Amino acid sequence: MITSRSAAARAGQYLALLCYLVFLAFPLFWLLSTAFKSPQELGSVDAAWLPRHPSLDSFSSAFEQQPLARSALNSVIVASCAAAVSVAVAVPAAYVMVRYRSAVSKAATGWILVSQMFPFVLVIIPLFLVLKSFHLINSLAGLVLVYVVWNLPFALWMLQGYVRAVPASLEEAAAIDGCSRFRTLLSVVFPLLTPGVVATVMFSFVTAWNEFFFALVLLKSPEKQTMSVILTHFIGAEGAADLGPLAAAALMATLPSLLFFALLQRRLVSGIMSGAVKG
Amino acid sequence: MRRRDFLTTAAAGAGAPALLGACASSAGGDSGPLEYLSLAWQKESIEVNKALVAEWNKRNPSVKVRYVQGSWESVHDQLLTSFEGGEAPDIIHDEANDLTDFAHGGYLADLRTLLPEGLKGQISKANWDTATIAGGIYGVPFLHDPRVLIANRKMLEKSGVRIPAAGRPWSWGEFEDVAKELTVPGRRYGVAWSMKEPVNQSVNLAMSTGGAVFHRERGKDVVRLGEADSHVIELIHRQVNEDRTAARGSLGMAGSDTLPGFFAGRYAVLPLNFSFRQQVMQQAPDGFEWVTLPMPAGRAADGGGQLQGVSPQTLSVSQDTSRKKAAMAFIAFMTRPGHMARLAEGDWLVPTGREALRDPALNTDEHGWSTGLRIASDLRASPVLGVRGYPEWKDKVATPALQEYYAGGIGLRALREKLVGDGNRILARYQR
Repeated sequence: MITSRSAAARAGQYLALLCYLVFLAFPLFWLLSTAFKSPQELGSVDAAWLPRHPSLDSFSSAFEQQPLARSALNSVIVASCAAAVSVAVAVPAAYVMVRYRSAVSKAATGWILVSQMFPFVLVIIPLFLVLKSFHLINSLAGLVLVYVVWNLPFALWMLQGYVRAVPASLEEAAAIDGCSRFRTLLSVVFPLLTPGVVATVMFSFVTAWNEFFFALVLLKSPEKQTMSVILTHFIGAEGAADLGPLAAAALMATLPSLLFFALLQRRLVSGIMSGAVKG
Repeated sequence: MRRRDFLTTAAAGAGAPALLGACASSAGGDSGPLEYLSLAWQKESIEVNKALVAEWNKRNPSVKVRYVQGSWESVHDQLLTSFEGGEAPDIIHDEANDLTDFAHGGYLADLRTLLPEGLKGQISKANWDTATIAGGIYGVPFLHDPRVLIANRKMLEKSGVRIPAAGRPWSWGEFEDVAKELTVPGRRYGVAWSMKEPVNQSVNLAMSTGGAVFHRERGKDVVRLGEADSHVIELIHRQVNEDRTAARGSLGMAGSDTLPGFFAGRYAVLPLNFSFRQQVMQQAPDGFEWVTLPMPAGRAADGGGQLQGVSPQTLSVSQDTSRKKAAMAFIAFMTRPGHMARLAEGDWLVPTGREALRDPALNTDEHGWSTGLRIASDLRASPVLGVRGYPEWKDKVATPALQEYYAGGIGLRALREKLVGDGNRILARYQR
């Protein structure tokens, strides 16, 4: 009786998971299907799940109309740099804030929370002026800097949780074994933080990859614009859109982050620390 | 509050203008190319724009222009931030409707002293009015996107109704009868009004019955909804809720969303912007025949009831640029009759220039071009142009109120209370 009930519960769980997966995957599937449809199919009232006559016309049209390859490269550069710098700053900062508790670290934690409350429309004009005075308008470096600053509060907040989960006794054990502080951090703490670092990298990368408004305002030259900005060039006044090329370009904009996730997800495992401390 | 309004408020609140006095400078400085922000988005239109820029650069190596692509979706926010930061493009492609706040804010150059005589004479006064704000001219209106009817030719012919022409459109009453004639209950609607963005079209079409919705009283803009103002609005409501000749389902749609139903024969007539012909041409199934017709006309109204409000695309010069004459020369080059006609053709729009309207490439019956060119003389500045507070009235009051009214959720009295009562309170704040 108990077995059949638990089997039914398990089946229900899988069904719920399946529904959730379908819910998540449907937009991507529809995007994929739309990108390969002809304009006539897109204008048909009987929308088919799969393209009746798959065509690459939307892709060639998208590449002809806009500098997609260049913008994709810009997005990769900006998102990768933003993710790398965010993590490089956030990991040691989070460690210090957790391990060395003081009035400063408490104030910093409070400030992190407060800084999340400012909408970007409020900061964009002052930010624009600050960047202008440093000659960082229309520069990928300027955009990277903005994304790092924008991502840092959340990255710090997230990493603090991971640092807290690393038992201090591990560091003490390493110190008793004769490890220096630097060696302890490098060989004991940081490897245990890998899942947190990966999660932070993913978060920072995807946030920078998808971000639109800062990129729109700060990058003027067509050759420096990122994917998210270029995508809006397929949309005209009053919501009219060049649907096929837009779907093709959007699909290409989605692929790098999917690939990035596929590569990093194996490292995003929380069980890495199991058995690290006995007793 | 929409991001656009919030950003405007934020810009003012941040005390940015004070900061900017010191750092405002020409976008490209005194050297380097002039920046031309273009909002062209269709493939052909982008090609024409880039070709014209290349031609200009070839002829004017000392005053080169750099093409910068913008987008209609985000141009207001992009420009506002750039203006505030003193980094605005030198030459700006936008829409007359969007110029009001920028002109009042002192971000755009008054072109009156810069306009060459040839260009002044080429464009009619009615068109210059669309870009005239507080007595100054802040843009060169060069392309119109008026409302037209796109209809299923076979259904029209089969029904036996009179096919209207630009000189002899249907009256609104006739249009109601035609919609009834074309409706087959349960299978087909005579008309599908796409009302995702109901405000501009409701206000602009009111001109055909002598209305305006926005009126000038004692030197101030006020909202009124008299009989002439609400005639078309009431007609649409009647078609949806009483006659059932207009599809209720299309009320939440944008123009392009109605096309699949049109191609499938569910809707016989679509009121759409002129530029939608390109999408119809691209997406129509093989053998589908369609025709472009003028919008219906009102009775006993100015212009034979054929007037229609429009907000044309414009080319403006940034106030910050130190090379206003060069920027104006480039605009004059882009709006030469032949060039304006090419831009219109690329965007599937109606040019504003007298000579451009006579361009042989546009004077064809194919794809409804001739209909658009013939109604060009009936186009007038939309009543909303130059009204401060219009974007807020539109977003906060008029859009939800009109959508509710068209869907039958409220009556005319409640609509009037919202549009006029709430609306005038908003406008008053901007006119203190």
